[in-house]
Amino acid sequence: MQDEAQVAVESESDIVTARQRVRAMAAALGFSSTDQTLIALAVSEIARNIVSYATRGLITLSEVDDGGRAGILIVAHDDGPGIADVELAMRDGYSTARSLGMGLPGAKRVTDEFEIDSAPGHGTTIRMTKWRP
Amino acid sequence: MAATILKQGKVLIASIQAALSDRELIELRDAFADRVGRFRSHGVIVDVTALDVLDSFATRTLRDIAYTAKLRGATAVVVGIQPEVAFAMVQLGLSLDGIATALDLEEGMALLAAIEEDGPRAR
Repeated sequence: MQDEAQVAVESESDIVTARQRVRAMAAALGFSSTDQTLIALAVSEIARNIVSYATRGLITLSEVDDGGRAGILIVAHDDGPGIADVELAMRDGYSTARSLGMGLPGAKRVTDEFEIDSAPGHGTTIRMTKWRP
Repeated sequence: MAATILKQGKVLIASIQAALSDRELIELRDAFADRVGRFRSHGVIVDVTALDVLDSFATRTLRDIAYTAKLRGATAVVVGIQPEVAFAMVQLGLSLDGIATALDLEEGMALLAAIEEDGPRAR
């Protein structure tokens, strides 16, 4: 049985909880402190996206293994309004909220795999994986 | 609140003890804007040594603090960004363009003293 943890994201204080939980898990999996920071940063950004756009959502953290490497899989799901133009939302500096517009594209840059599935009225699911080198 | 603002002469120092939520960051920003005027401060130091992550919101709030301080006639210095935090910010594409930074509180105080010496209005 591999490790799994869930963090309900319902208010801005849950953003702090989410990044602390993922950092602890990344540390337990043997990620370097630099990678722990990158993973915590990516989770902070997607958790904030949930709070800003969807009000509430769920982040699931799990340990994954591709046969040779260990990694951490982060799945963020919300039933919010969804993203009309995913390509635009992934562009640096684009934001419909009062932010820097670096959240999603930044989270993609600091993880190894990043997938976003979203449509208006169908919520948003983000899956990102970081592999331990 | 996980941050307290100390006054040392003409300098205000925010010492952050633990991870801050977005709301606490906003409170810190507002407290600075108020106190710079009340104490006629020339310098503002935000010590982020205790923060293990500076995400886009925290970066934006630090910028807001620095620009607000500048408009109120004070110079802001962000001190204590940890090496992993700095690296992660660069990877994510976050920057503190145009904002003074220093390695630690001591260097930050020295930087403000040097600016004061040259004349604060010159900057």
